[in-house]
Amino acid sequence: METQVILNSKHFELTINRLCYQLIETHNDFSNTVLIGLQPRGVNVLERIKSRLETILGKEITCGKLDITFYRDDFRRREIPIIPSATNIDFVIEGKQVVLMDDVLFTGRTIRSGLDALLAYGRPENVELLSLVDRRFKRDLPIQANYVGRTVDTLQSERVSVEWKEIEGEDKVVLFTPENNG
Amino acid sequence: MDSLSVDHLTGIENLTTNDIELIFKTADSFKEVINRPIKKVPSLRDITIANLFFENSTRTRLSFELAEKRLSADIVNFSAASSSVKKGETLIDTVNNILSMKVDMVVMRHPNPGAAKFLSERVDARVVNAGDGTHEHPTQALLDAYSIREKLGGVSGKKVVIVGDILHSRVALSNIYCLQKLGAEVMVCGPTTLIPKYIGELGVQVEHNLAAALEWCDVANMLRIQLERQEMKYFPSLREYSMQYGLTKKILDGLSKKIVVMHPGPINRGVEITSDVADSSQSIILNQVENGVAVRMAVIYLLASKIKRQ
Repeated sequence: METQVILNSKHFELTINRLCYQLIETHNDFSNTVLIGLQPRGVNVLERIKSRLETILGKEITCGKLDITFYRDDFRRREIPIIPSATNIDFVIEGKQVVLMDDVLFTGRTIRSGLDALLAYGRPENVELLSLVDRRFKRDLPIQANYVGRTVDTLQSERVSVEWKEIEGEDKVVLFTPENNG
Repeated sequence: MDSLSVDHLTGIENLTTNDIELIFKTADSFKEVINRPIKKVPSLRDITIANLFFENSTRTRLSFELAEKRLSADIVNFSAASSSVKKGETLIDTVNNILSMKVDMVVMRHPNPGAAKFLSERVDARVVNAGDGTHEHPTQALLDAYSIREKLGGVSGKKVVIVGDILHSRVALSNIYCLQKLGAEVMVCGPTTLIPKYIGELGVQVEHNLAAALEWCDVANMLRIQLERQEMKYFPSLREYSMQYGLTKKILDGLSKKIVVMHPGPINRGVEITSDVADSSQSIILNQVENGVAVRMAVIYLLASKIKRQ
């Protein structure tokens, strides 16, 4: 297995900062905007961006976590069912501008499920997508992110992993390539 | 990443502790789902479930139906009163006829103990036992233990007394298995005629004095006196039963600590439990009903995930 660091901790922080300022460009003071992280790893993106935004803007930003397990399109196709994580949305989504957040955008199926799950909470004014990493070339559905941390071109056999200081000990994005990848 | 060790839920007896914990963890998520503005998820859109009730039921059937609908399953209902069972059809034939209409899962209540297990060995569908005679009522036990876990933060180490008609109660047997697997201590309490002779072999304590049992416990599960199963007299009169084993506010307030009061329903107010106890802040009877839907959703969801799509 070959590994390659796509974003090291320094660039990681720069990227998070840039994403925050891009969000501010569109959403100004976030008075009608809510941020929602997709469980499980999108929540890490959410928490990092939320804390950075709150430092920049000096105000609290409404955030929630959304679990999409029950909305997946591969139920009964997997060997082992996925155990759901907690959903925590204690505010009204109706009429709000929603920014969904996830760590890696790949096939787009998770986001599709996320959009479905979101609608169970009401009808937002609009929904945008922020993804820390965008793996191009393998989209199964017509879904694109509005805010992208880093775009990477990968093969399907490769794997991209976003690691966090709080969990893995260091902020970085790593690309894993199997040895016999031609 | 886990899945159940069983393909059918015929009883708590053959579940592992991990299974029960997995069901609880999944039920936590469903409890959140049923408190949303839109209380429905699309997981079981392509699953059809038959609810076969060969014995009367209101809340269990309603609870299962709601659980199935909130998972987006298609459902068909059947009750023995209006069926060909009355015309002499066997159980297997009845069920196989229903299964020919492409049904994936069967939820069954039946007056004969072992009916669910019998069926699970003979038909090509997942079977969920919704009560088989005086044997087991697994989903009730799961929701009872889930409600204790929710109220007290855990089940392990807790002392639970089951009061009333233990002899005829499938709720009691399933509760004993479930609570013991989760590490609780269980006591049964009732008149000698309503306590099975060898129940001690299950590792439960037996107490015939209600006050002593309540003083010992953290949770009291008050069972209903099953008037329909009293084919012979097990106690002189309802009034005498209620004086000996009815839970009143006076007894409750006289205890040295605040215990949790449960009841699987339907309540005979004034018999096993008085109204002021049933409606008191120590009672979690209505929480049990709410949790019932979440727990049944979890059971159905986890069993359905084992039906592989062709």
